[in-house]
Amino acid sequence: MRGIEKRLQEFHARGVEVVAISTDKCEDSKKLCQSQGYTFPFLSDAKADVIRRFGVLHARAGMEDQDIARPAEFLVDASGKIRWVNLTGDIRVRARPQMILDAIDAAMPSAGG
Amino acid sequence: MKRRWNSPGWAGFAITLAAILSYFLIFYRYPVTRDVPWVTYVLFAPAVALLVVSVRRAYEQPEQYKGKISGPILSTISIALMGLFCYMVLVLTKDVPAAANALQAGQQAPDFTLNDASGRPVALADILHKNRAAVLVFYRGYW
Repeated sequence: MRGIEKRLQEFHARGVEVVAISTDKCEDSKKLCQSQGYTFPFLSDAKADVIRRFGVLHARAGMEDQDIARPAEFLVDASGKIRWVNLTGDIRVRARPQMILDAIDAAMPSAGG
Repeated sequence: MKRRWNSPGWAGFAITLAAILSYFLIFYRYPVTRDVPWVTYVLFAPAVALLVVSVRRAYEQPEQYKGKISGPILSTISIALMGLFCYMVLVLTKDVPAAANALQAGQQAPDFTLNDASGRPVALADILHKNRAAVLVFYRGYW
């Protein structure tokens, strides 16, 4: 997240918005965004409905045995079609910003670059 | 003759603690040192060497050095901590279920509306209407 925030301008320059989704409550996301300075939207999927629909549920993996999301990144184009997916096999290892930017450029190159 | 303090054991123990703490406090922030915690591993090396030195000193030159009790204890704790760390990094965090049901490239993303950090509803369709694309980053959450 920190890395994405640092390079958020490069996402926006490509016409791409970044959205973070977890089961955290809005208040917790608010605290997180304030303390870490995140400026892109953090959405709260407390019941893990959307997480389930995208097939990235990690059942009973939370601190209180609750269902949470496994780390994953999806690139969705304007028509709603998924263009690129990254599923990690290790919760410490996330897609690096450069990897996502490269995926955007490869999947949907823009004239402006 | 007064026996000397067996400092390498304590130094080895201190480096072990520093190596593990620094991973969580510093190196976890950067993908280059987080994904493969090589800095932590590199710090483990001198720690092990110092612990070995301290135990050997304590047992091979007991008339000169202290540490027959503290040396093995510090070594055991240090090795156990290193083992735990490696177990976490090599086993625990890889315990992610197979994402057999995960949506794949080419499929249609389901639309959704969720509240943002300020409690305002945000619809994927809206974001896609205003942008060329969206990157959805699912994360475990900060409890």
